[in-house]
Amino acid sequence: MDTKAYIESGILELFVAGQLSEQENKAVQEVLLEHPEVLQEVLEIESAVIKLSAAMSPSDNAHLLQLIKEKLRHDGRDVKVVSIDKPRYNWFTYTGWAAALIVGAGLLWTLNQNKQLEVQISDADIEKAYLETQIEQAKTDLAVKENLLNVLRDRNIISVPLGGQGNFADSYAKVYWNKADNSIYLDGQGLPDAPEGKVWQVWSLTLNPLTPTSLGTIDNFNSDDNKIFEIVNNNESQAFGITLEPEGGSETPTMEQLYTLGVVASTP
Amino acid sequence: MQLELLISQFQNKNESAFEKLYQMYSDSMHGVIFNIVRDHHIAEEVMQDVFIKAWHKSDSYDSSKGRFFTWLLNIARNAAIDKTRSKAFKDSKKNLKAEFFVDILETKDNLDKRTDAIGIAKYVKALGEKCKKIIEFLYFKGYTQKETSEELDIPIGTIKTRNRNCIKDLRAMVVN
Repeated sequence: MDTKAYIESGILELFVAGQLSEQENKAVQEVLLEHPEVLQEVLEIESAVIKLSAAMSPSDNAHLLQLIKEKLRHDGRDVKVVSIDKPRYNWFTYTGWAAALIVGAGLLWTLNQNKQLEVQISDADIEKAYLETQIEQAKTDLAVKENLLNVLRDRNIISVPLGGQGNFADSYAKVYWNKADNSIYLDGQGLPDAPEGKVWQVWSLTLNPLTPTSLGTIDNFNSDDNKIFEIVNNNESQAFGITLEPEGGSETPTMEQLYTLGVVASTP
Repeated sequence: MQLELLISQFQNKNESAFEKLYQMYSDSMHGVIFNIVRDHHIAEEVMQDVFIKAWHKSDSYDSSKGRFFTWLLNIARNAAIDKTRSKAFKDSKKNLKAEFFVDILETKDNLDKRTDAIGIAKYVKALGEKCKKIIEFLYFKGYTQKETSEELDIPIGTIKTRNRNCIKDLRAMVVN
């Protein structure tokens, strides 16, 4: 390389001025490493520029160094970084890993928690459906009972108490007779469950002469909850009786099995 | 190389290396900054900003890409020029475009304290007009070769050799 021509080209002056591209700078730098005389030239150029610009300095600036150092100390972290750099790095590393572990554990816990909550939700849903059914049932029951109450309060209703007979003095029953729509409501609360193979049979009676007319058997007596049964009755009944009869009922009442009997008080 | 060692210590945030570099370059940077802002107080402000920035950004200096002086010069020029573009500065200052470094050397009040500056001032006067301007633009204002050639109305291809000759003259004056 003709270093003399290189020097004379003026590229070094531009290099010092900072007027070359990054690539050109690199190329010059490589030449400097290989050719000390070129480096020497650069040092002299630089020195001349430094001397000229320093001559332009308006005042002494030693006091500024103190201000700068104070500001750097104020920034804190940057001064003395040499000594604390390493531990700080470690601290950050450990903290980072610790944070990652905590986050990971937290994530697992959250997932688990989520699963549990899902199970709880589905349990709650089932519970809710069950309760809704119960409410529905209660509403229905209530409606039935209100209906019954309304029936019993009807002004056309005649109440006929049926007393226990003979060996069955403990038994009782009540008949509520609505003549207007030819129906009776039998309240069999005071009768025991019918034994196996037997059913309760309800009779309408006229007294002179004593003529029983079957109003039918109560086949579902044992399973009924409120023991109130609606029965059609279009007879001019003067009394009602209940007997225990073999399954299927009988043509005429078995008088030994007459549990309760009651006379209609008066027919207006 | 002592300078390289110093610089690498500085890059490792060594405070005493920083002080030594400050002593080496602060007058030069102060001159460059003052030449641009032309105000003592503002120049001192920019000086602090420049060296604080150099400390914080020391990692960005790469010796394979240029001289440390050039790196610092760039920071100083840019900081000073940024300052002149701020609104507060514009409001308080007149147009500085016509002023050149030579004015400072010729009118300096405190020259009596700085004998080397006196010597330089004496010689720099002898520099050709074009030389004063080419040095002003390329070194102290950070103009590109193209901008310099337009400003001086000379072909861009001749900037490099012109500048070479001007610096040669300067060197003859300051390096005794």
